[in-house]
Formats: sequence, structure tokens, C-alpha cells
Amino acid sequence: MLNYLPGAAGVMTEDRLMATKKSAKTPNVSADELKSYYRDMLLIRRFEEKAGQLYGMGLIGGFCHLYIGQEAVVVGLEATAKEGDSRITTYRDHGHMLACGMDPNGVMAELTGREDGYSKGKGGSMHMFSKEKRFYGGHGIVGANVPLGAGIAFADKYKGNDNVTFTYFGDGAANQGQVYETFNMAALWDLPVIFVIENNQYAMGTSQQRSTSSAEIWERGKAFGIPGEAVDGMDVLAVKAAGEKAVAHCRSGEGPYILEIKTYRYRGHSMSDPAKYRTREEVQKMRDERDPIEQVRKLLLTGDHATEDDLKSIDKEIKKIVNDSAEFAKNSPEPALEELWTDIYATEVPQEA
Amino acid sequence: MATEILMPALSPTMEEGTLAKWLVKEGDTVASGDIMAEIETDKATMEFEAVDEGTIGKILVAEGTEGVKVNTPIALLLEEGESADDIDTAASASAPAPADKAQSSETAPAAAKAHPTPAADVTPDWPEGTKMKQQTVREALRDGMAEEMRRDDSVFLMGEEVAEYQGAYKISQGMLDEFGPKRVIDTPITEHGFAGIGVGAAFGGLRPIVEFMTWNFAMQAIDQILNSAAKTLYMSGGQMGAPMVFRGPNGAAARVGAQHSQDYAAWYMQVPGLKVVMPYSASDAKGLMKTAIRDPNPVVFLENEILYGRTFDVPDMDDFTVPFGKARIWREGTDVTIVSFGIGMTYALEAAEKLAEDGISAEVLDLRTIRPMDTAAIIRSVQKTNRCVTVEEGWPQGSVGNYISSVIMQEAFDYLDAPVINCTGKDVPMPYAANLEKHALVTTAEVIEAVKQVTYR
Repeated sequence: MLNYLPGAAGVMTEDRLMATKKSAKTPNVSADELKSYYRDMLLIRRFEEKAGQLYGMGLIGGFCHLYIGQEAVVVGLEATAKEGDSRITTYRDHGHMLACGMDPNGVMAELTGREDGYSKGKGGSMHMFSKEKRFYGGHGIVGANVPLGAGIAFADKYKGNDNVTFTYFGDGAANQGQVYETFNMAALWDLPVIFVIENNQYAMGTSQQRSTSSAEIWERGKAFGIPGEAVDGMDVLAVKAAGEKAVAHCRSGEGPYILEIKTYRYRGHSMSDPAKYRTREEVQKMRDERDPIEQVRKLLLTGDHATEDDLKSIDKEIKKIVNDSAEFAKNSPEPALEELWTDIYATEVPQEA
Repeated sequence: MATEILMPALSPTMEEGTLAKWLVKEGDTVASGDIMAEIETDKATMEFEAVDEGTIGKILVAEGTEGVKVNTPIALLLEEGESADDIDTAASASAPAPADKAQSSETAPAAAKAHPTPAADVTPDWPEGTKMKQQTVREALRDGMAEEMRRDDSVFLMGEEVAEYQGAYKISQGMLDEFGPKRVIDTPITEHGFAGIGVGAAFGGLRPIVEFMTWNFAMQAIDQILNSAAKTLYMSGGQMGAPMVFRGPNGAAARVGAQHSQDYAAWYMQVPGLKVVMPYSASDAKGLMKTAIRDPNPVVFLENEILYGRTFDVPDMDDFTVPFGKARIWREGTDVTIVSFGIGMTYALEAAEKLAEDGISAEVLDLRTIRPMDTAAIIRSVQKTNRCVTVEEGWPQGSVGNYISSVIMQEAFDYLDAPVINCTGKDVPMPYAANLEKHALVTTAEVIEAVKQVTYR
């Protein structure tokens, strides 16, 4: 029961992004739902802007990869998840954590390397986890999280529950060999894993057309008999619709599913990326015409689902959450020196504790 | 009050930069995400975006200014309802102190955390009078795994040829029949991938045993063993870890050449977060396997193909386990301590036997686990014999023996009557020719020679 979209040939351009599957013209979605997507996406955007600012002030160190522009991907997919589902991603992970309900204070405090961070300040931007939210990281090795995600799905299948694992990776990671080793075993063993390729078109500074032989990465799943589709990742409703299909497939025991979500990151690869591999016009055009938050904002206003004042009050609420998280993260103490020596060996399995 | 816009750090190492260009002017309104300026660092020119919305009240640093320190106020942003008149007071407010580097406490943590030297545990591994049975290492490993799989449903075995083929080296013989294909799983030839799936399954609450047909092939998977399995507990602040066993034959077999003959004990020994086991006897193979499967941490279990067929006494008792970090004294002696592990024990014991004929009394210690290492037992023995020789098949530079030597130097220097000698494999890739291969490995003659050197005989 494969469901392949016809793949258009050609290079990855904005046209390709537009050509991907769109949500229905008149989405059947409630005002509350729309508002919650607006709110969740805005939280990620404002949080990331604040993280960028704290980085600029020297409060966040090392690498810091911002998710701005890609918000619809995680918010759309989290809308399809149920209690018990897991998620795992690579290093551009702040959005995933906020979308699955992790506390912005704990995330921001991890970014500043403080005691109240999710990993007590020992993981940093790229390595954060939440046992409670079944968020399995936060991985700094590109592609390594893909077999890990399939392994979490393996555990669910072994236990006989109907949980699924959202395994996120980028168009860059999609060229790692272990991704295809994993596709093979996931298909062979019908693992309930949704491979989410967040295609933001650039693997660090290398565009898809310069790095990837296939125009449609999800079609690589065909070689393994894994169904999938391309999705407009700037449209949260399109992401949600595709996610529901993928989740239904996996939950019913039919094995893995691939979603190639065409998205775009507005900021550089990391904070120290001058982004000379693309034009300012390209970025600006995407922001002006395709912005995921702006699209929902328009839907809310034109559909009379919300007034400008309603949205302003959401903006205000988000601004407060984000500012509070920054204050929290600045004021949380650095971890005690004794923490250097803890969490190297477990005396009991922590995820069972 | 107006918000100060500060000169940002745009890379992990930037301390100052050039304010190359302003893209906004005083009086402009900006929203989050608008590009306000271009800033040149030593690496590149970067765009600088607004985080808050407001009106540019005053530009404090003119474009073209070089050497602007990070966190210097470069402009003032007025919020709704503020006017430029408010600026003077705001501007006089001093810039917030940059992230205080000194806050990272100066108190250096204890450098290389000294090995605590607790009293060595010399209790016997099984009660006196326990009935013994003869078993090969191969059978002992299988029994260890099978007993744990009966005890805990979350334990499963995966690897190449472990199920229908009954194991490439027949370690998993009969296990598919007993536990079925759900728990004894043949994988494709895809070490990197199935090691990662194993680690993920451990994250997800199972207790995987991942068999590598040999540890040489685990090189394809070493990223998952180190970066995913060993480090996650730390990186997650203790929230999750990888309770699992990676196992398979390690080191040289016979005539299989350079790519199939490497000893990885010294490699994995280095990694905090891993435990590393390298048994010699069948009883240790069984007892340590059961401990490894129960351990809540990732365990690297290094077996040896040549030892698989060797027969030893194994205690015939329910639930026999051997603790990690406890060396075994195979032979007591007074003149020299020979420390070894795994197949190295073959040379150590053979040498001790021959040395006894020459009137040299060697104490032979089997480390059994390389990490945690029972350095207390080594020190205790060296304090008695005042001399030490280490024996392993791995390469000399950065060997397990090198580490043992450094521990002895730091903790028992005054007890030493001679330098410690490390007997190792030769510093060459493993050759195929029979005569060369024999010479490439450590030999009993070399161990004897080393002992004579340290005992000045």
C-alpha cells in the first residue's frame, strides 16, 4: 500500500517548495486549534530570537543552531502525537523541545549552561533530553539519531504498544550511510518510526542540489519499500495533515513512513554563519511570502477567528514567557563543581526509575 | 525605559568586531527579525537582527567603527510610548557587565581524579565446596546470556548470524530455538545501523545484547558505542542511559590478517561511561556476562576466538555472577607480579609455570574487567613483590600495560625495585604468514625474559 507522490524533476527552488502538497483550501480546523498553532510557533520564534540575543551577549556559548523559519514542522507534527509517542532529533533541537511541551525555562537554562537546565548544564544546546516528554535528544552527530530513533521504535514494537517515534533529521543527514542502513531494517522489521526529513535546503552551507543526487529525498524510501510524501513545511496545516496519515500508518503496524518536509531556515546554520551561500533576497522572499506564522495569522484574521487584539495578547503572553525564561536562565547558578563527576555511570537504569 | 542594543558576539570566540553598516536609522521602527546592521568579525560579515520591536531612538556607535567590544551598547531602542527625550537617562546607565568569565569558579577540579586505592577485595568468587563442572568458554557465554534472558524478558540478542546460523562462532547455539525470533534477531550486515538501533532500544527501555561478528567490524559502529551509548547519561544530566552489552570476539584469531586481528582493550578502556570486560576463563565468561547484562550501563565485552574452545571449571550453582572491578589471583607468588587479562593470561600462566621451575615465584593477576580496573589488587601485589610485568596482545603505544605502569608509578613508586615492563603485541599490523604472525603476538618467552629482567636474574 504505497503512496507515492509523483516527484517533479529539477532543482530545489522555491517553486519546488510551492509544488509540494498543500493543505485543503478551506481547512477544517477550529479557531482554538489555529490559535494554539499560532501560539506554539510564535513561542519557538521568540524563544530563538531571544537565544540569539543571549548568544550575542556571551551568555550562551559554543554552537547555537536556531530554528527560525521551520516552526511549522514540529508544531504540525506534535499536533498528531499522543501520550507515549517519542521524538528524537539532531542538533537544531530547541523547537522540538518547546513543541513537545518541555519547559522554556529549563531549555534556556541549559543553553546558558546552568544548574536548572534540562541536563544540569552538562549537555548544552545540542544535547538535551526529557525523560518525561520522551524527548530522546538532541544529538550532535549528524545522522546518528536516525538508527537511535528506529531503536526506540523497536522497543515499542517489542513491548507491543502502539506508540510511534518521530525521528527528525535534515537534508544534510539524509546523505549519511546509517540512514539507509536504518531504512532497510525499519522496513524489514516494520518498525513504527516516522522519518521526518526537515529539508531546509541547505546542509550547513551546501545546497541540496550541490550535495544530493535525488531531487526528492523521500523517494529514496522506495528502494526499501517505505512509503512517504513531500510536504509543504511552511504550512502548519499541511504538515499536520501529512503527519496524521503517517501516524495512522505507523500506529496500525504497517511499518515506517517518510515525510520530507520542505522548510526553510531564515538564520544561518549556526550563530557564526555569515550565510554567503544564498542571497538576502532569497531569504527575504521566503519571509515575506511563505512565513508559517504569518500564514496562520492571516487565516485567523481573515476567518474572523481572532481579532488583532486577541493576537496581540498572545504576543504579549509569549513575550513574557520568553523574557522570563531568559531571566531564569541568567539567574540559575552554574552547576556545582561536583557535577563534573556525576552521571558517568548509573546505579540503576534512569529511564526505568 | 529605552532598551540598549548591544554589540553581539557572533561566534564562540569573537571579542570585538567592526560595525560595518547600519541598515536602520534613528526614528525607524523595527520588529523582531528585521536586519539592523552588518557586523564584521575576523571571519566574515554577519547580519544582525532585532529581537525586540520598537523605534531606533539613537545610534550610539557610528558605522565603520572598528574594534567595538562585544556587549558595548551600539543603539537605543524605544518602546511604544517612549520618546527620544528619555534617552539621556538611559544612555547614562552603564552597559551590563559581559558574561562574567570569572564566574566559572577558579577552583580547579581535582586534575586526573586519583584512583582511590581501597583495600583489594580478595573474597572467593564462589563458596568453598561448590560443585564444579567442565565447560568451554563458548558454552559458558551462551549459558550466561540464556540465564539472563530467562530471568528478564527485556533482554534480547541481535547481530549477524546469531539466530538461524546459530552464531558465526556458535556462541548463540540453541538460543533461537529457546527464545524465538522476537528475542534472537538476525540482522543484515550493517554494524553501524544495528548498533544504533540497539542503543535506541536501550534508551527505549530494553536490555539489548549486540553481537559483533568480531570487534574489528565494530569500527563501523564505534560512533554509536561512544557518542550515543557511553555519553548519553552524562549529556542528559542522568535522565537516560544505555543499559546494554556490546560483545564479540576481539584480538587475533589465527591467520586472518591485519583487518581481523586487532585488540581493542586499550581503545575502549579510555572511555568514561563504558565498562570494559575481557574474560579469560569460562567461569569468568559466564559470571561477567550475567553481570554485564544486568549492569545499567553500556558494557563492552571483549571475547577471544581462540579461547572459545578452551575448557575450564565452572561452578555448578544457581545464578553465579562475578562482580566488575575485581581482579582474580590465579597464582600466588612473591618475586614478581604478572598482570594480564583475556588471552594474555595464557602467556602469563605458562610463563609463571616455567619460571617456577627456575625458582622464580610469580604472582599472576587476571584483571577480568579493564574498566573499572582493580588497581587496588595490582598495588597490593606489587607492594609484596616489588616488581611487575604486564602482558597483552594489543599494540605497545597507549597500551593497557602503559596505564597500569603509570598507576604503579604514582601509587607504589617506592615499592618498585625495577621498572615495570609491558609485554605487548608488536608495533605492526598483523601479518598473514604463520611464522610472522606468531612473532607479531606476545610470546611466553618474552614474558619470561621480561620477568628475568625485572628480577635481575
